[in-house]
Amino acid sequence: MTGPEATGAELTGPEQGGRPSIDVVGVRTGMFGAGDTGDTSGYGGLVRAVVMPGPSDRPYGGWFDEAADVLAEVLEEAGSSWDAAIENVVVDRGELTLHVRREHLVEVCQALRDDQDLRFELSLGVSGVHYPDEAGRELHAAYHLVSVTHGRRLRLEVAVPAADPHLPSTVAVYPANDWHERETWDFFGIVFDGHPALARIEMPDDWPGHPQRKDYPLGGIPVEYKGATVPPPDERRSYH
Amino acid sequence: MATTPGAASRPRATQSIVDDADVRTFDATGGDWSDIAEEAARLGEERIVVNMGPQHPSTHGVLRLMLEIDGETVTEARVGIGYLHTGIEKNMEYRNWTQGVTYCTRMDYLAPLFQETAYCLAIEKLLGITDQIPERATVIRVMMMELNRIASHLIAIGTGGNELGATTIMTISFQAREQVLKIFEMVTGLRMNHAYVRPGGVSQDIPPGTLEAVREADGTIRKALRQLEDLMLANPIFKGRLVGVGHLNLSACMALGMTGPVLRSAGLPYDVRKANPYCGYETYEFDVPTSTDSDAYARVVLRLEECYQSLRIVAQCVERLHAMGPSPVMVADKKIAWPAQLAIGSDGMGNSLDYIREIMATSMESLIHHFKLVTEGFRVPPGQVFQTVEHPRGELGVHLVSDGGTMPYRAHFRDPSFNNLQATSVLCEGGQVADVVVAVASLDPVLGGVDR
Amino acid sequence: MGIEEKAASGFLLTTVEGLAGYFRKASLWPVTFGLACCAIEMMATGGPRYDISRFGMEVFRASPRQADLMIVAGRVSQKMAPVVRQVYDQMPEPKWVLSMGVCASSGGMFNNYAIVQGVDHIVPVDIYLPGCPPRPEMLLNAILALHDQIQASPLGVNRTDAAKAAEAAALDATPTSRMTGLLQ
Repeated sequence: MTGPEATGAELTGPEQGGRPSIDVVGVRTGMFGAGDTGDTSGYGGLVRAVVMPGPSDRPYGGWFDEAADVLAEVLEEAGSSWDAAIENVVVDRGELTLHVRREHLVEVCQALRDDQDLRFELSLGVSGVHYPDEAGRELHAAYHLVSVTHGRRLRLEVAVPAADPHLPSTVAVYPANDWHERETWDFFGIVFDGHPALARIEMPDDWPGHPQRKDYPLGGIPVEYKGATVPPPDERRSYH
Repeated sequence: MATTPGAASRPRATQSIVDDADVRTFDATGGDWSDIAEEAARLGEERIVVNMGPQHPSTHGVLRLMLEIDGETVTEARVGIGYLHTGIEKNMEYRNWTQGVTYCTRMDYLAPLFQETAYCLAIEKLLGITDQIPERATVIRVMMMELNRIASHLIAIGTGGNELGATTIMTISFQAREQVLKIFEMVTGLRMNHAYVRPGGVSQDIPPGTLEAVREADGTIRKALRQLEDLMLANPIFKGRLVGVGHLNLSACMALGMTGPVLRSAGLPYDVRKANPYCGYETYEFDVPTSTDSDAYARVVLRLEECYQSLRIVAQCVERLHAMGPSPVMVADKKIAWPAQLAIGSDGMGNSLDYIREIMATSMESLIHHFKLVTEGFRVPPGQVFQTVEHPRGELGVHLVSDGGTMPYRAHFRDPSFNNLQATSVLCEGGQVADVVVAVASLDPVLGGVDR
Repeated sequence: MGIEEKAASGFLLTTVEGLAGYFRKASLWPVTFGLACCAIEMMATGGPRYDISRFGMEVFRASPRQADLMIVAGRVSQKMAPVVRQVYDQMPEPKWVLSMGVCASSGGMFNNYAIVQGVDHIVPVDIYLPGCPPRPEMLLNAILALHDQIQASPLGVNRTDAAKAAEAAALDATPTSRMTGLLQ
């Protein structure tokens, strides 16, 4: 599906003006997954970079700027700084995403929850995503926060390398994340340091591997029907 | 495995086999004898661990509860889930966007239209076509969702009553639910797991006669709701078992990220339909019932009240659909809109012959669109989005990541039951064993959504 | 036939197998084994509209030791598989298994790591019921077909003979992978 030779650092998106972009998450080669049959259409030679929406510049629009300013202020007061904690800000499709560095994750969560102008009291859990081609930043964890008081929503995203998949646990700030962190550990292998009881939650306790990673097979079996065999969905040729 | 050392010394209803007080007796079921003996010797306490489930009539699905009991009081309650884990999220990564609807619909199988709608709204947000969804499709989505909310609450109340031993509550609720399922079958073709809401709209328009059927069902459902109220709300046994049970105050709810009727029973009127409206909910008139009692009884009352509010919204939808007249139910962009048209033929529902005539004889472009959409599917520009809806059990969130392809790169569903079930320990510990069933029933978990 | 006419009135003659089959099928108690969506349709079948009580089956026993029929209603995950087997083992003979829905029969739409591709990998199934989920009427149809099977099931020597014959037939039959040329 995505080319093994591409890495995020080398490819640049057209709008970034040549600067290395952290958003190119892979390369799509070919169109139909037919590697070795006689594909004469030419589509087999397609090479397309998969470019996620890049970092946004100020003004972000709406309440995003005000919230960013307040957060920067609160982080300064706490002894940290905006630049140290936040890698970049992405505003896309009406949603605000803050890419946070993992060392400052708990701090940012605390600031977002406690400050009266931010007040993101409700955490809607952690969601993991695996980008195998983004070297050094394969495992992402997305935290979705809701401010009931102000009626706002935002997303925090943290990236960790697969070789060192540790993230600080936010259970102390948002106890609701307890099971969500267990689930993310179960399916992606992100270890949440400081979690009270990080154990597998969906898979059996002794299950090997982390099923929702991209290198984990779907695990289906070929289906036989009247002499024909249909391969499982991950082994079929399909448009991608 | 249960061990009670020194049981011979405590008064028992039935005579123990060995009446000699000096002999230590162990009551045990299952497990190896050597383990039991070892544990009993080591513990020297009178703690019992009882395992409820995963196969159990009262745990609302394949839920495993491990309760440590001291007499009749639960001292520790742990929840084991994952017995229904289906790998739906991973499976969706190998199916195109439209096929994903059939997968996500089976997560929380009591409210399938909510998963479908949330997923489709997320796709539409990624595509940027949220404003182009036809009005009729949006109103139909709202009507179907609210009917589904009623059906889901009826099951919640019905199975809750059944778990208490009151089977009549279940029969009345199921009878009322059949009315809703009849409408679903009329509109979508299926009673459950419909795959009706598609990215861009809904798969087909409501057939003639639906609005009359909905108006008729309204009366039947109201009658059933009144029957349930009469049966339950003043019943001293029902009140005795539910009032003050499963108490979860507001700070606990906020800390645990609870949403839905549980949060509203604690006093906070947080409803995604009002807080972050979607599908035009800001244009409908409805109230958000809230209570401050924070117990299981309040949650039952709230769910019944929400059914009435849903009926109110459904009535408004019916008026709008009636006034609207025939209009498209799929987005106009032919490169996204699901092409198939179905019609009732001599042998049931199948491809509409008019449509086949169009694609085969009249319009080459329609044929190409049909072919490409059904085989390849449409492509969604890269990015990620988070869409929430007010699910009967709380806030359902869909985190959708697209890498520009025909299949979701990652589809994560933040299921409300998954989150709400974390409160089980808080609800049950310190209470009686019998209250565990009531407390879990008042949370209303559906294990399909919890385990996905 | 001949004897009944000649004996005094009030006698009916039948076979032990027929009587045993009739008694067994007429009050076949299912064990509550609802797993997923099919469980809801199973509960709807137990509801007043479709009324499984007409067939004597409305008492879904919670304890497998009191049940005759295990309706595996829903998808069986890898974690649940040992539980399915344990519940099946705890049921006393005679027992039957109805695999309700495509997920229980074959894994259904979920051809992946988490779902057992057919509960017949774990327990012997007597009757398969496709559907996603099957309507209550379909479940009743399957139950009635199972009733016919139970009514007709042999006992004693006949039973061992029937089992031997079934095994021989299965060994002689073409395996599914060899049944080529059918997709014409």
